[in-house]
Amino acid sequence: MTTKTAPTAAAAPTAPQSRLSINLRQSGIYVAFALIVVLFAFLTDGALLQPQNISNIIVQNSYVLILAIGMILVIIGGHIDLSVGSTVALTGAICAVLTVHWGLPWPVAVLLTLLAGALIGAAQGYWIAYFGIPAFIVTLAGMLVFRALTLTTLGNQGIGPFPDEIRSLSNGFTGGYLGNVGLGPLGGADLVSLLAGLLFVAGFALSQWRKRAARLGYGQSVDPMPLFVLKIVGVGVVVMAVVVQLARFRNLPWVLVLLAALALGYSLMANNSVFGRHIYSIGGNLQAATLSGVKVKAVTFWVFVNMGALAALAGVIFAGRLNQAGPTAGTAFELDAIAAAFIGGAAVQGGVGKVVGAITGGLIMGVINNGMSLIGAPSERVMLVKGLVLLAAVAYDVWTKRRA
Amino acid sequence: MSDEILVMRGITKRFAGVTALHDVTLSVRRGEIHAICGENGAGKSTLMKVLSGVHPHGTYEGEIVFDGEPCAFHGVRDSERRGIVIIHQELALCGQLSVAENLFLGNERARRGFIDWNRTNHEAQALLDRVGLRENPTTPVNDLGVGKQQLVEIAKALSKEVKLLILDEPTAALNDDDSQHLLDLLDGLRDEGITSVIISHKLNEVTRIADTVTVLRDGKTIETLPAQGLSEERIIAGMVGRDLEHRFPPRTPDIGDEVLRIEDWTVHSPAQPDRVLVDRATLTLRRGEIVGLAGLMGAGRTELAMSVFGRSYGVGISGRVVKDGQEIDTRTVQAAIRNGLAYVSEDRKRYGLNLIEGVQRNVSAAALGKLAKNGWVNENEEFSVAERFRRSMGIRTPSVSTQVGTLSGGNQQKVVLAKWMFTDPDVLILDEPTRGIDVGAKYEIYSIINDLAAQGRAVLVISSELPELLGLCDRIYALSEGRITGEVDRAEATQERLMQYMTRGQNS
Repeated sequence: MTTKTAPTAAAAPTAPQSRLSINLRQSGIYVAFALIVVLFAFLTDGALLQPQNISNIIVQNSYVLILAIGMILVIIGGHIDLSVGSTVALTGAICAVLTVHWGLPWPVAVLLTLLAGALIGAAQGYWIAYFGIPAFIVTLAGMLVFRALTLTTLGNQGIGPFPDEIRSLSNGFTGGYLGNVGLGPLGGADLVSLLAGLLFVAGFALSQWRKRAARLGYGQSVDPMPLFVLKIVGVGVVVMAVVVQLARFRNLPWVLVLLAALALGYSLMANNSVFGRHIYSIGGNLQAATLSGVKVKAVTFWVFVNMGALAALAGVIFAGRLNQAGPTAGTAFELDAIAAAFIGGAAVQGGVGKVVGAITGGLIMGVINNGMSLIGAPSERVMLVKGLVLLAAVAYDVWTKRRA
Repeated sequence: MSDEILVMRGITKRFAGVTALHDVTLSVRRGEIHAICGENGAGKSTLMKVLSGVHPHGTYEGEIVFDGEPCAFHGVRDSERRGIVIIHQELALCGQLSVAENLFLGNERARRGFIDWNRTNHEAQALLDRVGLRENPTTPVNDLGVGKQQLVEIAKALSKEVKLLILDEPTAALNDDDSQHLLDLLDGLRDEGITSVIISHKLNEVTRIADTVTVLRDGKTIETLPAQGLSEERIIAGMVGRDLEHRFPPRTPDIGDEVLRIEDWTVHSPAQPDRVLVDRATLTLRRGEIVGLAGLMGAGRTELAMSVFGRSYGVGISGRVVKDGQEIDTRTVQAAIRNGLAYVSEDRKRYGLNLIEGVQRNVSAAALGKLAKNGWVNENEEFSVAERFRRSMGIRTPSVSTQVGTLSGGNQQKVVLAKWMFTDPDVLILDEPTRGIDVGAKYEIYSIINDLAAQGRAVLVISSELPELLGLCDRIYALSEGRITGEVDRAEATQERLMQYMTRGQNS
């Protein structure tokens, strides 16, 4: 038996049970995701898990997932952002003007667009953090204002086409630099993709191992070894299954690489940086955070700046995917992003939530969308199901909290 | 009909393990003004909440007989129907609504579901005349001062055909003129046959207006005295007359040089910028010293502490904070922490803790920078720190990742103390450090405070419990109506003496 616990845990007989129930509540979302995937895989006779369809799900939902990463931080901080859909449209238009009309090189244009998004976030963050207007009102105003500016910028018509590089950021795939390898009955698959997947899994396992070793070194409790191994094997199997399917199709979508980097970076930021911790403490108890010396206004401001920049990134990707910046781009994206955050375990009062949870919440909605359209369900039924899933997810969260 | 309008017999009320009232008896004669006196926490407000049905029948033991009939109130509406109206310290008015709307809130003058505005305003005017408030009934309540709002509350009580009016600290927030008017009004209502029960800390007012005084202490009735010829000293003796048991850990003070001086500190109310809450207060703290700050509710203790700590409360703040001979910047919480100050709030759930996070993250919250390199927190170091405080302070928790909200009050308080100890302050201001904590945990908190002083830190303890200050402190300041009215060394400090300073008004 390799179970190791801190020496202190012995003094507290209730610890293991409460730990388990906490785990259950946090992992509920992943279990639900797995069940939904299995359900639709079954209903679609496996079409859901076909290589091309997996690729589609990722590419089609990438911009909402990027928005969800920003939105979860906003919600953890106890706020909301209703303007991100309009910001997606406006930044897409800005990017179109910079590349198509002005002919700027694509990296410069993208950088300027991200900056514009950050400025949009800063403008709203100022009113929220320093002027004290509720975020709901400020971003509701922003939703109208930025949509209006989009229409002004575009002159009520779409602008396109975008440079190839921006299009491939949204739609493109990594190249087959090392050729294919045979995977027996599965046929040929891209070697680079497979290697990237293996590298990712190996990195994950290594970092988990080092974290575990460090925790043990400090005498902290850790998962028992079998559970620890099971977790890593589980993650490895899922990641490799997705990667293999993608490698069989057209390699890794660039936007998946981008998403993976964002998810990792923002998870780390939320959990381990002073800034991230301050977001949680503000959302958890604003007064206590203030009296603990947290620069509440500055943190709130930067959370919105970050949201603006991520919305701009989503704007570029969405415009690139359609190869056109249109006046109706991003409509209702804010609702998808907010729903993703709440399905992913965020609390309305703030202070609770995880980046990975929000991404999972976004994927749950993506899979429901995709799966239901595969079985030919009309769009009103998709909407109905998504609404009920959102309600059920939050009801489950409230219920487990009340029981605790 | 009997001479007694109200008899409360054998009232016992318990809150989760704490007995707030123990076999309390109160009898009020018809048409008198009956004052209830006692220290903070003696059970005065709880008793009145039992009477008015805020604590419904069944949650307490004992019987209430009002107007000759036994009562079993299930809510405030029940007691109001019988003619008992309570006016709380925090006024329950809707600021945006007009005076008339407030007067008849929940009791609207309506015809078939629609408000009869003529009748509403007409009757409101009559009520305002009765309480001597010359205001238009359509004025929003927010436009009135606190004194006038108090009168609106009384007018509202009169609209319900009140027989017994209960006022909880009616003059605590009022200036002298408004207090005077209110007391005269109560005098006038007595002549109309309305019985009043007032809870008050201002003993000069009590001796002036009351016919009978009942003293509560530690949730028990101590005595009921006729107010005729009663001295303030006599009331104080009843309020404090308990002996100091061995409730305090032993300590040998080792007091060094002055570390902090607050000079001419003045704070104004954020709601009424012309009202002075702290008036030119000056106090000093020395290394290794535990200094007490005594004062009754509304004396300005918390306002003083929070305004010093990063101007977290109040407006129009002036004065100097001098540490080790040099004036320091305390204008923001960050600056105050940087300059070695720490403030532990009286309300740990609202101002002290993030209840949905674990012990570990709460302990690190005020000094996260110490655990971080380039903005990244070392969680393992953080765990060690939390674990160290868990052991050294005896925080009873399943683990340091346990949500703070699930811990007991005493353990929550230890977490807050640990949070501030981790900032390594030179001066700690502890605001009601043992509020809502059981006796055993109090002893542990006292030991922690002693340790802090032994480490050479200066500790300012704000407490409503005089025995606590006497048992803990080397020196005690008394604050009354925002002013330091006295400073007493441990050797000379008695409850009577402190209470005299604490009840000393501006004009006495």
